[in-house]
Amino acid sequence: MQKRVTFRNLWLPYLLLAPQVTITLIFFIWPASQALYQSVLMEDAFGLKSEFVWLENFEAIFTDSNYLASMKTTAIFTVSTTLLSLSTSLFFAVKADRVIRGASVYKAIMLWPYAIAPAIAGVLWLFMFNPGNGIIMLALEHLAYNWNHVLNGDQAMVLVVIASAWNQIAYNFIFFLAGLQMIQQSYIEAAAMDGAGPTRRFWTIIFPLLSPTTFFLIVVNIVFAFFSTFGVIHAVTEGGPYQATEILVYKVFRDGFVGLDLGGSAAQSVILMAIVISLTFIQFRYVERRVEY
Amino acid sequence: MVENRSFQKVVTHSSLIIGVFIIIFPIYIALVTSSHEQAEVASTVQTWFGSAFLDNYSTILTTGRESTGAIPISLMMWNSLIMAVGITVGKIVISIISAYAIVYFKFPLRMFFFWIIFVTLMLPVEVRILPTYEVVADLGLLNSYTGLILPLIASATATFLFRQFFLTIPDEYVEAARVDGAGPIRFFIDILLPLSQTSIAALSVILFTYGWNQYLWPLLITTEESMTTIVMGIKRMIVVEDSVPEWNLTMATALLAMVPPLAVVVGMQRQFIKGLVETEK
Repeated sequence: MQKRVTFRNLWLPYLLLAPQVTITLIFFIWPASQALYQSVLMEDAFGLKSEFVWLENFEAIFTDSNYLASMKTTAIFTVSTTLLSLSTSLFFAVKADRVIRGASVYKAIMLWPYAIAPAIAGVLWLFMFNPGNGIIMLALEHLAYNWNHVLNGDQAMVLVVIASAWNQIAYNFIFFLAGLQMIQQSYIEAAAMDGAGPTRRFWTIIFPLLSPTTFFLIVVNIVFAFFSTFGVIHAVTEGGPYQATEILVYKVFRDGFVGLDLGGSAAQSVILMAIVISLTFIQFRYVERRVEY
Repeated sequence: MVENRSFQKVVTHSSLIIGVFIIIFPIYIALVTSSHEQAEVASTVQTWFGSAFLDNYSTILTTGRESTGAIPISLMMWNSLIMAVGITVGKIVISIISAYAIVYFKFPLRMFFFWIIFVTLMLPVEVRILPTYEVVADLGLLNSYTGLILPLIASATATFLFRQFFLTIPDEYVEAARVDGAGPIRFFIDILLPLSQTSIAALSVILFTYGWNQYLWPLLITTEESMTTIVMGIKRMIVVEDSVPEWNLTMATALLAMVPPLAVVVGMQRQFIKGLVETEK
């Protein structure tokens, strides 16, 4: 936590901490406490007076069918994105771990999506699925499958899931590969000598040894799907059609910023805060030794 | 590997080629589309390059489109660059000095400050959209670079990374510095900063990408079109009223939006991977 040998100075440490702490107080802690405060207030129609209403805003949220639908949408979106991205990147990481010739070229290209903003990833996939001139859309049409994510909610969900999972592949790939390279070769050789084939070795040795990495990545991917995918949703579907892709973060934005429902939006913020706090807690409590180096 | 069968090699390589294909294909399609005229991509799919490449890029870079308020993309890229560099430099500066205070000094309330910094991890901007917007508005920072940069530079992750790195530096350095009569500021500038170069480089790649790719924050606090960043500006090119999006120009913009962070990540690949894996440790 700290050095054995330290400097002694009455004011310098405070001066050094001042910028970070000031910004945190003004732009993090103060707004968060405002959200907490507003979440128990209700404003009148003209925004002139506000009244303390206990947990009425929360009650309103949890009985609002739109909010419950948004929770369900978020759950589907998060689970699908996480599963799709983790399984694909694990598959490619395992292959990349095996290869010797050309390895650096494969690895270098697998990193690319990390540099691409979620919104831009969304735009790339949106174009390929675009009704009228999207290449994948036309290929599907060729197979007699009718694609129109502008009207079909399930298809819109598939589109944002693919774009988000694609965007997150690089991150997962890097961590899986780092995890795989830490597994001692001797375990695998021993298993091979006992006659276990590659598939069996993967499921009985590699996969269990990789579990700290996998667990860490599950948490990170949930956080990503919950919060960082705002750009994908906003740029590609705007939560539509008919709220089919309206995840919680997008709903907070729309209700608060576009709909100007202060109390309701604040209460939604508080719920999201609770979710991040629990995820951070899980990450620090149970994923202490995340990657076995 | 244990087995060295050529069949397996073929499977491995073809899987990886599929992987690379999945990554490159969307980018390739964007690149091809950006080289055609509007009429050529409006209702047909193009799979090979056209001849309008230079025209398209010079159009968007210099004159911009109606749909984006006729703001040239070069201006949006400039805004993105200022924001990304500002966030990178700002985060590194305030994180390295606060990590220095926490690791190298004993003072009252040290743990309290540590927790305040830790809390930022749990409060991403997405969960406090409206109140943060109000603070920035009250301070008169809407539509300003300060407003784009300042609220995003507090960072627990960067502070933790520097803290972790400082803890690995042998105590003898401090003792030697003290014997030579160097004070804390001297020690920081002459010894700690040079030793931290690798960490700073690694972090720069991650933070530049983070800053450049911001979407929600600029969306909230910029209303003037001249302050638009490229990553959020592209949205206006997709949603156009009463007409079809100019996909060739939109794809050109998408490519311009990804080139700077991609160049940094690819160019500093080794530092980047090391930094990423270290930060999350």
